[in-house]
Amino acid sequence: MIQADLNIILPEIVLSVFAMSALVGTVYTAKDRAAGLLTWVTAGVLALVALWIGLTGEGVNVAFGGMFHDDAFARFAKVTILLSAAVVLVMSQDYMARRGMLRFEYPVLVTLSAVGMMMMVSAGDLIALYMGLELQSLALYVVASLRRDSMKSTEAGLKYFILGALSSGLLLYGASLIYGFAGTTLFSGIIGAAGDGQAPLGLLFGLVFMIAGLAFKVSAVPFHMWTPDVYEGSPTPVTAFFATAPKVAAMALFARVMHDAFGGVSNDWGQIVSLLAVLSMFLGAIAAIGQTNIKRLMAFSSIAHMGYAMIGLAAGTALGVEAMLIYMAIYVTMNIGTFAFIMSMEKDGKPVTDISALNMYAKREPGRALAMLVLMFSLAGVPPMLGFFAKLGVWRAALDADMVWLVVASAVASAIGAFYYLRIVYYMYFGEEGETLETGRAPVLWVCLMGSAAVMVLGIINLFGIEGAAAAAAATLVN
Amino acid sequence: MIGLEHYLTVAATLFVIGVFGLFLNRKNVIILLMSIELMLLAVNINLVAFSSYLGDMVGQVFTLFVLTVAAAEAAIGLAILVCFFRTRGTIDVEDVNVMKG
Repeated sequence: MIQADLNIILPEIVLSVFAMSALVGTVYTAKDRAAGLLTWVTAGVLALVALWIGLTGEGVNVAFGGMFHDDAFARFAKVTILLSAAVVLVMSQDYMARRGMLRFEYPVLVTLSAVGMMMMVSAGDLIALYMGLELQSLALYVVASLRRDSMKSTEAGLKYFILGALSSGLLLYGASLIYGFAGTTLFSGIIGAAGDGQAPLGLLFGLVFMIAGLAFKVSAVPFHMWTPDVYEGSPTPVTAFFATAPKVAAMALFARVMHDAFGGVSNDWGQIVSLLAVLSMFLGAIAAIGQTNIKRLMAFSSIAHMGYAMIGLAAGTALGVEAMLIYMAIYVTMNIGTFAFIMSMEKDGKPVTDISALNMYAKREPGRALAMLVLMFSLAGVPPMLGFFAKLGVWRAALDADMVWLVVASAVASAIGAFYYLRIVYYMYFGEEGETLETGRAPVLWVCLMGSAAVMVLGIINLFGIEGAAAAAAATLVN
Repeated sequence: MIGLEHYLTVAATLFVIGVFGLFLNRKNVIILLMSIELMLLAVNINLVAFSSYLGDMVGQVFTLFVLTVAAAEAAIGLAILVCFFRTRGTIDVEDVNVMKG
């Protein structure tokens, strides 16, 4: 019995044991001297576990009396999370080593937060959900303030910690109300208590608190205030990590809670989620216009993108969940390329994050500028790129669920949002001659940038076949 | 007779005091940490009250998990605060303003 349960959570156990032994092993031997090696090894282990989960997992396995679900949905999210974490680690290594901020704790913390995210997307119970969420968040608070001698980094860590703890508190209060009114913490029990279309008032109260807490984690408006500051203050590789894996995990957890525990009252939460989606899209599009720091701009861009992904969730159908999963996978790929570009922006060996530094960049570095152009077009959702097909997917799901107004609103928001993406392209190609930006020499960043741009163009043929996996994932969640 | 509602009222009051403490406090970051702790403890009262009302042990198990996590959270919060104090020399909330947002 326990043997079968442990077999199901074996990937999580392997990663936790790896993280802990890496921590203890490095503390007693080489400390920061081994940090570079440990980063590469960790990235390799994460990628291997992703392959293991992706290739061998099949069917729906439930462990610990329903507390842990290993199904196609969880596996899709886990593979995305682990691969993006591995790529971000590989990108970070050179950047951090050159600036003397590579510590051996960094890969260990990233691994632990990845374990937390895997726990989140597999949660079948409020307790499991909370433990996964906290394991992820506590590790992220620490990596945000990784540069403990920098004012910005410690401030980012502090802000992230306080607002993150507030959101955990809201989520937990919601969880306690749900437990009280449903009489159980298992999602399978809550969905019975929530009934079909009619839920007790206390349960709805709990649901609202729960959504507020989850919206904090996915940085949806009006719970987005931490995002720009944390993105700007954290070291760039850490920002790249924040913009990828945790977003996928939080979005997947959101979908899991809504469908597994409250699938019967999808009309109630559908309204709230679509309101959050509209607000996020518009605030993300409008507030980013005035930004001059590219990391802050990417923060608002991520807020807007979470809004689009939430359209799929608001539709409340299997098609919607499928569109959301594909959206997140594409979003993560675009962001990895964009952050690889941001990490390679430097002058006199110092990182530059000002947009105006990109003036006439295309003249000196036509290849990189072209890749960045493709990524910016993709983020804006310009038709031939993959980013457009991501948006098309969620629009189709929303139309299928008769939410025409949501489609119209998001089309308007994405037209407004296109402005600031295209402004970056304008600076690169037609800006005035100004100070010159050096290009980083790291080959890893070049590979990530070019790879991600190539995916945006080549992916339009068949999305690399992830559509089938996403459809299977959505089918296990919504029935 | 003290019933479930009384416990829920106390918990809700404590929770609201915690939330307001986070937003209205303009003085000291330590007070923010205390407010967070207050919110989590309010949740614990809720969970234990429901657990006893329902005659179900899960709520009390949940409480133990929450207590443990709250301790870890406070440790990490204080550690970040110490780093912040070292770079800035102050822990006033008004001084957490290098980045505007």
